[in-house]
Amino acid sequence: MIKIENLHKSYPIGKDSLHVLKGLDLHIKEGEFVAIMGSSGSGKSTLLNIVGLLDVHDSGNYYLNGQLIENLDERKAAILRNKFLGFVFQSFNLINYKNALENVALPLYYAGMGRKERNEVAMQYLEKVGLADWATHLPSELSGGQKQRVAIARALVTKPKVVLADEPTGALDSSTSHAVMELLKEINREGMTVFVITHEEDIAEETDRIVRLKDGVIISDEKTVKKSKV
Amino acid sequence: MFDLDRWQEIFQTISKNKLRTILSGFTIAFAILLFTLLFGIGNGLKHTFEKQFAGDSQNSVYVNSGSTTKPYKGLQSGRQIQFRNEDAKFINEKFPDEIQFFSPNIQRSMQAIYKGEQNRYTVRGVYPDYQPLESAVIQDGRFLSYIDIKSRAKVIAIGRLVEEDLFGAKSAMGKNINLDGISYKVVGVFNDPGGDNDERYIYAPFTTIQGMYKPNDEVDYFGLTFNSKLSVDGALAFSNLLTKVLKEKHNVDPRDQGAIRVRNYAEGTKNVQQFMTVLNIIILFIGIGTLIAGIIGISNIMVYIVKERTKELGIRKALGATPNSIIGMILMESIFITALAGYTGLMLGVFALRALGDSLEKYFILNPSVETYVVVGATIVLIIAGTIAGYIPAKRAASIKPIVALNDE
Repeated sequence: MIKIENLHKSYPIGKDSLHVLKGLDLHIKEGEFVAIMGSSGSGKSTLLNIVGLLDVHDSGNYYLNGQLIENLDERKAAILRNKFLGFVFQSFNLINYKNALENVALPLYYAGMGRKERNEVAMQYLEKVGLADWATHLPSELSGGQKQRVAIARALVTKPKVVLADEPTGALDSSTSHAVMELLKEINREGMTVFVITHEEDIAEETDRIVRLKDGVIISDEKTVKKSKV
Repeated sequence: MFDLDRWQEIFQTISKNKLRTILSGFTIAFAILLFTLLFGIGNGLKHTFEKQFAGDSQNSVYVNSGSTTKPYKGLQSGRQIQFRNEDAKFINEKFPDEIQFFSPNIQRSMQAIYKGEQNRYTVRGVYPDYQPLESAVIQDGRFLSYIDIKSRAKVIAIGRLVEEDLFGAKSAMGKNINLDGISYKVVGVFNDPGGDNDERYIYAPFTTIQGMYKPNDEVDYFGLTFNSKLSVDGALAFSNLLTKVLKEKHNVDPRDQGAIRVRNYAEGTKNVQQFMTVLNIIILFIGIGTLIAGIIGISNIMVYIVKERTKELGIRKALGATPNSIIGMILMESIFITALAGYTGLMLGVFALRALGDSLEKYFILNPSVETYVVVGATIVLIIAGTIAGYIPAKRAASIKPIVALNDE
């Protein structure tokens, strides 16, 4: 699903440049639930931005769904994002003047779906995250956990290939965090590839595979040992 | 272009951000309101000037006589100069090319009586040529003819208000009016763009009046129009020459301003035209300035709006909005707000002008209004302005990387 070969990325800082990703190799298969761990500055957000087509890499190869990503202009990137990727952000990134249903339906608008149909589909996904009763509420009327569930519904609504979650629990308390992770797990069980970035060990523990990043290189890549539930 | 979904998206954005919309709309509405009012009031000024000079033909010249103020060639000052029929003949033959219409004139105030009604009017004995000179427009019957002149017919053409005074709602055509004891038949009724005074004249054949009340060959004054092919300067040169030869003929000092007076409307016309041109330029300048200020205003607001929405646009991009759809959305919003607000301002201005009407007449503003083409032109300018005002920030917004936009707070 996602295949990265010898990926490099650096940012210019004044006259110098900061080498953030130093030759990453990573292969994530369809249906995997992967956590990228690392402290701040390890390059994990940069990796997610590149995987999410929000940023471009300098060298190396990136295959998304078997397609080599290169020479991507904004238009093509936008179409690919809409088609293959769903985003969940730390700060939710809901549009504040649109209600929950409209927020969820927005990616479908850009996919070119008719108004009536996309509202129906969006409603299904709101039901899925348990917020059908909150469909007409504005983000400001929702709790943090509810907002993140709306965001997850929005990420799923176009039936993407991969859900990319950037610190999805970073702004939530531990019990809400757990509920959000349960939701992501459930999505993963239905066959969705989920790619989570986090710096919290217990959040990473809930995934199937943890990739640790430090100073722009992968230092470990291992399956999690599932603890049996009490 | 017409995409119902996109419009719904835009209406939602507009209606959910009312303050922002009203603020940006207000700027443009106000600019257009000012533009319309300025244009309208300018037009009102123009109308006043046009009316002031609409009374007579724009190329008319009137020649009057008076007393000499300077002794000349052994003749004393204070001598009364009297025009006679031979002067008419002299002028007519001297300037065959320059003169278009020509009429000697005798003017008397007379008591007009029809049945029980009576009133005093100015009666002018004139030639048929006098009609175009006064810009009189026949509404019933005819003006005087050369046959009337030749036969010294007792016929008259009366102004619209004379008919109204003496006949009320009835027609005066064919009726006989008694003028100082002599009965005249009404052969025509005219109106005159020059206004009420010009519509209270009675015109009779020159020969009839001269024979009846001045049993000699005396003439009060001459009215003529110069050939409209003459330039304003050519017309002024002609009237100067006319003055000179008449002064020579009547032995008047060339520097004597009182004895023979030639009043040429070309002079006034020239000034008025210059004045109007300057007025037009000023109005245009201020009007365009106001519009530009409005456009800059909306452009500023659009820049601010786009900046404020950077994060939202980043979210939209992450969810799959293409740069073109971002540009399209902002552009259409901008055009929509500009066109709507501009149209509102325009209509407010038009209604305000209509409400003003002629109430500012004493400030020389008559019927302030804007022409349809100005309205249509301003609307088009607005839409173009809306496009430009929206395009630059939209383009910028579309070129911001989604990752940068998402991190904007």
